[in-house]
Amino acid sequence: MTVLECEAKALLRQQGIPVPLGIVVSSVADVAHIADSLGERVVAKAQVPSGKRLQAGGVRFARDGEEANAVAGELLGQKILGVDVRHVLIEEWVSTTAELFLGFTYDDYGRTPVMLASQSGGTDVEASRQMIKECFSPQHGPSDGLATALAAQLGVPEKLERSLAALIQRIARCFLQWDALLLEINPLILTKESNWLVGDVHLEIDDDAMSRHPELQPQLALSKSVTNRHSDFEKKAAEIDSADHRGVAGRLIPFDGDLGLLIGGGGASLTIMDAIFDAGLKPANYCEIGGNPSVWKVKELTKLILSQPKVKSLAVIMNVVNNTRADLIARGVIQGVVECGRKPEEAIRVFRVPGSWEEESVEILRHYGVNYLGREVALDQVVAEIPCQS
Amino acid sequence: MPILAGRNARVLVQGITGREASGFVQSSLDLGTRIVAGVTPGKAGWQIHGVPVFNTVADAQQNEPCDATVIAVPALQACRAATEALQAGLKLLVILTERVPRRDAAIILEHAREHGAVVIGPNSLGIVSPAVIRIGLVGGSAEALKRAYKKGPVGIMSRSGGMLTEIANLLTQEGIGQSTCVSVGGDPIEGTTFADLLPHYESDEETRVVVIFCEPGGHMEEELADRLSQRKSRIPIVAFMAGRFMDRMQGVRFGHAAAIVNGNHGSPARKIERLRAAGVSMAEKISAIPELVRRVLAEKN
Repeated sequence: MTVLECEAKALLRQQGIPVPLGIVVSSVADVAHIADSLGERVVAKAQVPSGKRLQAGGVRFARDGEEANAVAGELLGQKILGVDVRHVLIEEWVSTTAELFLGFTYDDYGRTPVMLASQSGGTDVEASRQMIKECFSPQHGPSDGLATALAAQLGVPEKLERSLAALIQRIARCFLQWDALLLEINPLILTKESNWLVGDVHLEIDDDAMSRHPELQPQLALSKSVTNRHSDFEKKAAEIDSADHRGVAGRLIPFDGDLGLLIGGGGASLTIMDAIFDAGLKPANYCEIGGNPSVWKVKELTKLILSQPKVKSLAVIMNVVNNTRADLIARGVIQGVVECGRKPEEAIRVFRVPGSWEEESVEILRHYGVNYLGREVALDQVVAEIPCQS
Repeated sequence: MPILAGRNARVLVQGITGREASGFVQSSLDLGTRIVAGVTPGKAGWQIHGVPVFNTVADAQQNEPCDATVIAVPALQACRAATEALQAGLKLLVILTERVPRRDAAIILEHAREHGAVVIGPNSLGIVSPAVIRIGLVGGSAEALKRAYKKGPVGIMSRSGGMLTEIANLLTQEGIGQSTCVSVGGDPIEGTTFADLLPHYESDEETRVVVIFCEPGGHMEEELADRLSQRKSRIPIVAFMAGRFMDRMQGVRFGHAAAIVNGNHGSPARKIERLRAAGVSMAEKISAIPELVRRVLAEKN
């Protein structure tokens, strides 16, 4: 999940990493007062989970409390990069002598964590050529030697190299300890008083590791409310998926067409989707089923897809299944169609799920007169068999 | 000759008392794979389909020495299970577990490098060399596997376990058999990539062509293209790229965890371009794979 700047900074502060003084507001009521307490000149930053916030007008500067009140008021209620701004971080204005870039992520090529650093932080840092890249151990973090060597390459006064190296290690520890996929400090500010300060931060935490971080949960409330922007359709699908642990029947993504899709697994869904577009058909949704879902789960998913106003019919297509029972898919789809008051032979345009328990599945489908195709028809050819809607 | 593991390989199953494992243990035994031991902490003395269960990998190794292990434990225990297997000296790990945190996957691979072991997965469905050995659950029941796979000259590597069986079935339907088929897993960090596996196929006399199933996201296809550009392979490669439609929908997550496209990174169009430039035969449609394989085999003769 993507963590908002204000919550990421609060987490960093708890780990002893210096961040500017700041207060989050959701209304302008106290802004002038807050600005005065922060030293008059302040920055107002819209709390939206996106990188290009500055260019999109989500970061505003104010010289006094009155101006702070005005810019915060403008930001609240505005949409920045497609997201409603509900919270604004009012932060002290910091005068800087240097701005560095420091990032931690995974290098898929090297299959290790990696740190990236550059002498010049800022908005176009991705294009910077002087990016230094160093891999480090996912168990232990960067060694003293590695952190010291990196600090020495960043062009800061020699007397500050040691404090920078220590900071690099502390941030790397946060990255590993929180199961972050990305922890990017840009800029890392060197103040006039020769202190280090986190100017802005991008933090992304591995969803697959979330359950082992109960300590982070209470501190991510705002981020959750902002990043969880799924449609009702997606939310209902997720509810069906989580109500029964057997198999996967989630990741429904709505599209604008009239052909409902019950497709799977992961790789096959991508293959089938390409074939659907190539054939000029209009999908109503993307989905992935697999891992042997229960009859109930398939039934509920079928009903959800059929309940979309535009959906006229369904295509049920899977690869030759490894551990999913084809007959359970058939039962679930038929039950769902019938409970929606539709006739299976009309509502199901094509059904192709070969593999385990295939014969039982064919028997059920034949009983209801459904158009069944077997393993001898390849996935793209199955799609080509779907009769075009008049 | 199959790659990675031969007919007589002795296989351990970690997490053997789980629902998933007890299912594939029976069908693997039916297929003749020598599953000789299982591990579930606290369940020593149990038997699963006649296979003895031990508390630790070290105990299992002492009683029933193994060459390979299948890891089918819950996501947050995969790192500990893999580390235990590596410390006990196992050199081939097939990790079926899905949703292993990225840091844990990186730690497993760091340990594996130290021990000189091969890791397939995480999020793999396993390895199958038809009529020889099946490690993991790919292909399902013995009967289902025998219908979809048959012995022959084609190696398959796939980021999707489901599509591994789909492609094998497609070839089998056309009378073309397979040597060794590997589900490498669909996560951003995988123990073994296409480029890592290619040398295994190159040194296998039986394999004459390799089919790969590609997905958006990650670097596996680009890495293979780089390797082929540096050094030509004796093995011709036929590839299919799924998820072309994603180029129109950047930033949305589809399919496996790795299948996210941002900018040019991991884009299907770019992967197709890179593979083609490296001399790979690209199948435009999934149904075109058998014909391309036949053509490549004919050219070689």
